[in-house]
Amino acid sequence: MSNRAVDRIEGSALPLRGDNIDTDRIIPARFLKAITFDGLGDHVFEDDRAAMPHHPFSNPAYQQARIILANDNFGSGSSREHAPQALKRWGIDACLGESFSEIFRGNALAIGLPCATASPDDIARLMDLVENTPATPLALSLSERSVTVDGQPVGIDVEDHVRDAFLTGTWDATGLLLDDFDVVRGVASRVPYIRGF
Amino acid sequence: MGKTLLQKVWDLHTVRPLSTGQTQLFIGLHLIHEVTTPQAFDMLRARGIGVAFPDRTFGTTDHIIPTLDQVRPFQDTLAEAMLSALERNCAEYDIPLWNLDSDRQGIVHVIGPELGLTQPGMTIACGDSHTSTHGALGAVAFGIGTSQVRDVLASQSLAFDPLKVRRIAVNGTLDNGVFAKDVILEIIHRLGVQGGVGHAYEYGGTAVDQMSIDERLTICNMSIEGGARVGYVNPDQTTFDYLRGRPFAPQGDAFDRAVSWWRSIASDADAEYDDVVDIAATEIEPRVTWGINPEQSVGVSQRIPGPGAAGSNGAVAEALEFMGLSGGMPIKGTKVDVAFVGSCTNSRLSDLREAARIAKGQRVASHVKALVVPGSQAVLAAAEREGLDQVFRDAGFEWRGAGCSMCLAMNPDRLEGNQMCASSSNRNFKGRQGSPTGRTLLMSPAMVAAAALAGEVADVRDIVQRRE
Repeated sequence: MSNRAVDRIEGSALPLRGDNIDTDRIIPARFLKAITFDGLGDHVFEDDRAAMPHHPFSNPAYQQARIILANDNFGSGSSREHAPQALKRWGIDACLGESFSEIFRGNALAIGLPCATASPDDIARLMDLVENTPATPLALSLSERSVTVDGQPVGIDVEDHVRDAFLTGTWDATGLLLDDFDVVRGVASRVPYIRGF
Repeated sequence: MGKTLLQKVWDLHTVRPLSTGQTQLFIGLHLIHEVTTPQAFDMLRARGIGVAFPDRTFGTTDHIIPTLDQVRPFQDTLAEAMLSALERNCAEYDIPLWNLDSDRQGIVHVIGPELGLTQPGMTIACGDSHTSTHGALGAVAFGIGTSQVRDVLASQSLAFDPLKVRRIAVNGTLDNGVFAKDVILEIIHRLGVQGGVGHAYEYGGTAVDQMSIDERLTICNMSIEGGARVGYVNPDQTTFDYLRGRPFAPQGDAFDRAVSWWRSIASDADAEYDDVVDIAATEIEPRVTWGINPEQSVGVSQRIPGPGAAGSNGAVAEALEFMGLSGGMPIKGTKVDVAFVGSCTNSRLSDLREAARIAKGQRVASHVKALVVPGSQAVLAAAEREGLDQVFRDAGFEWRGAGCSMCLAMNPDRLEGNQMCASSSNRNFKGRQGSPTGRTLLMSPAMVAAAALAGEVADVRDIVQRRE
């Protein structure tokens, strides 16, 4: 199954400081009580925003942001895909952080939201920059593995398979997994607990 | 060189290596519930794809279930819509569903092992991060998101990055009053909430060898809180004894043949690990979290760290401010408003027995709201047969129906305002228990019972010793 290819994401960025920002904070559980993902974008970080009047997601200066800048272990905790769904529906098209939790990163990939990493120093510098000048345009390139600000490229990391999936528009895995379904059946017939002991 | 259980299970379930460097793995057992699946079924319908192996997926309902009034339709129309969607989807695709009217209904991570669905050597997936729980029986179990639920329904397989294996050996004997919950909180405290990213955790050592399956389930459950998506214990005689006679376990001679295969998939004695961590069981005391992630815990005799704690990068200060706690103060004596025994971490019969042992003949402090929520209808029935419900009621605890309840508050059970909750659940994240300013102190079920009685964090060992 082919999807939209993703390479360059250009736009302003939103600085979201803090390590271990969990998916309960990105989208509190009460907003999971729905049978679609519609409207989740309205509730991104709802409780954090209520507690912090100057939360970046409430700040008018960042309303056009397309890239999140995050620190360590962003998206830890619950496996709710609602977290990347909410960010994407709010308008985020890429996450750039020091590191991401495994399940969040996988969920983001599955919905076409790339997560790339950069060094803590580079993240800190970019955060300072967009805090001082929120409108600063960033150009994140998956093919070049860089984010460019003011003509200066900064190196970013994206795993090979994630990069390829975005560049070729194959980030939706269903087609890939169904490619050779006879082999799946073959495995089913050999595992002892299905074949019978 | 020998292999680990992870490598053996991985090899057996490999459909094919992908050109991407990932591996397509066959998923032997898929468990579903009402919260993370409705969109997955809609995506299947939109694409005109069917369910590949409907007999390898089983459904139950847990997250949104009211624990008091379960009359349908639920008063909460959103919850009603979610359960209705699950009923519709399971019926349409011929997937078995254990609903409220079934004595097999319960928290998905409680009923899998309980029914013998969870078995050694399986690959298991479920749209819930605590799927790691099932590793306690020697399965390799992955928490997944909704698009991946769709993919498992469509193809009974998923693509995974390779995993490293860290063996965590807990050797020695746990002190009286120290439980599996304290062991996993200690492990997460030492290795950090992201120490396990990219790893499977293999738990072993004499302390784990001596544990019951219930205790091992508690440990594996919280692997994800340490960043490890997968956690497991090698299957042994305790595992086989637990599985014998369960409804979905092999029966008769097939059981004995299964045991010999199950033995063979355990890690070899000379298996090579990417990392090994040793922990002395005797050093572990009952633990309590004081912060906003599960790594932020102390022994109950210790003091809460100060805001300037080394390397904390402002995280301690942020946590203390949210929790309304003062650095340098003992954790013991922290006042609690609510006590919750339940969740996929600690809602099994042995958990309820330990909490009841502390509560028996005592009274919950007058300012504390205390509730006990069994993990499944089977646990509930077994507890009632033993009279545990009466022990709890007599002590002033509320005895509720089975479900996830106040672990994540998707049902009517939730904190109000900035209530402080002694909780046997798994996450102390900001707002986790339903109130944006609500506060959670994670601890073992016995410690929750002790806190409920004292009205503040107490050392359960004091109660145990006093009674001896």
